[in-house]
Amino acid sequence: MTATEPESLDVEAIREDFPILSRTFDDTPLTYLDNAATTQTPAPVLRAMDEFYEEYAANVHRGIHQLSMESSIEYEEAHDRIARFVGAEGREEIVFTKNTTEAMNTVAQAWGREHLDTDSAVVVTEMDHHASLVPFMKVAEWTGADVRHIPTDGAGHLDMEQAAELIDEDVELVSVPHVSNTLGTINPLSELADLAHEQDALILGDGAQAVPNRPVDVKALDVDFYAFSGHKMAGPTGIGVLYGRADLLEAMEPFQFGGGMIERVTLEGASWAEVPWKFEAGTPPIAEGIGLAAAADYLDKLGMETVQAHEAWVTQYAHERLAEREDVTVFGPPVDEERGALVSFTLDGVHPHDLSSILNEAGVAVRAGDHCTQPLHNALDVPATARASFYVYNTTAEVDVLLEGLDAARDVFV
Amino acid sequence: MSMGSDMYRQQILDHYKNPRNYGELEDPTFSHRGHNPSCGDELEFDVKLAEDEETIESVAFHGDGCAISQAAASLLGETLPGMTLEEVQELDRDDAIELLGGDISPMRIKCAVLAEKVVQDGSEIYLGEMDDETTAVEDA
Repeated sequence: MTATEPESLDVEAIREDFPILSRTFDDTPLTYLDNAATTQTPAPVLRAMDEFYEEYAANVHRGIHQLSMESSIEYEEAHDRIARFVGAEGREEIVFTKNTTEAMNTVAQAWGREHLDTDSAVVVTEMDHHASLVPFMKVAEWTGADVRHIPTDGAGHLDMEQAAELIDEDVELVSVPHVSNTLGTINPLSELADLAHEQDALILGDGAQAVPNRPVDVKALDVDFYAFSGHKMAGPTGIGVLYGRADLLEAMEPFQFGGGMIERVTLEGASWAEVPWKFEAGTPPIAEGIGLAAAADYLDKLGMETVQAHEAWVTQYAHERLAEREDVTVFGPPVDEERGALVSFTLDGVHPHDLSSILNEAGVAVRAGDHCTQPLHNALDVPATARASFYVYNTTAEVDVLLEGLDAARDVFV
Repeated sequence: MSMGSDMYRQQILDHYKNPRNYGELEDPTFSHRGHNPSCGDELEFDVKLAEDEETIESVAFHGDGCAISQAAASLLGETLPGMTLEEVQELDRDDAIELLGGDISPMRIKCAVLAEKVVQDGSEIYLGEMDDETTAVEDA
């Protein structure tokens, strides 16, 4: 695969939409390459949230007054908007959570505690984020279920032969990252969904690194659950999404209880509101939900295929130039394979944290550490890596600034 | 491009590349290890006490991690011999930063204090004032 620069994206105009990108540090411009951790937020999303607070801020679902009606409609319609963005049926399949982590925990706790026992197993992968590994680790502890791990090969791919063996009749759920946050691998989610469904198991996709960067259709992927975050897709922090097949969500008990998720309460018992509201206990992130819908509008206006093409272009540019350096080791799939919009690497003789500190002095923001994938780093046999990750507003000129920063780090240390 | 000069002073780079007292002691009075979960920095200190059982006679350390954490261990190792365990307990975060020549970015303080914390925890465990568990520097 050779990515080419897409012509339909006016990156300079896009950059104008993101106020933070004009920030400088003592005349050094910001080069923001930490988008897999969080993306920046464009003005239309900020405006949508400002409008809520300035014009119709009120709690949702419960007031009869005008402001509450307006905020309820906007907040509920935000669910419809996100359903359209990922190909779900409608709001009944879209639960707003705090983040991807809470979405994963909702499946682990609301579904897992009901359906797992000492005779059953969950299959996760070696490249899972801690947000997937740990909730299922805990639920397995509580229920006595077994947890199995699909290993990763040297090129950053899941071992599909092992996967086919591990996913047997005892398995109730398979949880897989759609795109690895460390390796950038685009995992064969539909294929894994088939393996799961052949054994009457469900599949949960961690879409945190996929939804921001590529068109995602949960029905085409044939996943049963799918989780992602707002702040990695040009939306605000404090909001994430759990997609769940309507029949599954309807059958599930909530795991958080309180206001907003109730149909009827007596002192003796309670019944739940309809989906998705029964999973959104308490006052929800209203402004953030409305902001997330605005982010979906923003991305759809650019076109997710165009977003994907732009990121493939910038990522491949970075990957090629990093990989050709003798003192750089790049992890994950090879240059000629499409990957998510990130490249994790190490520079010989320079610890990733030192590298990140030196890059910071050139205004370059990258992530350094284990990226919440310690078991994967153990398998790769490196304690930490540096990760450059890209979004619609990044340019190849910014990648060049990163590369100059590597030269500077080498000068200091080697 | 001239960068990296602010925090990565000659002294830090020197101690990172040529750590003093690196290795293990043959007959340590106590040993303790610690890590920095967010970075993966790891350090193990061996400490040998003098006959008075309170003054440090010699130390050695080994580990793996960023320049700040490893240089801090090397610099600390040079100052420990002659100190009593009580004096070691009195060291604080500012002492660790001062040893490194000051000017450590707030995001790197955890790296700077790991060595000090490992030796302090090791001392406390030796003195029976603390449970024996690996030191983890979460929030410095």
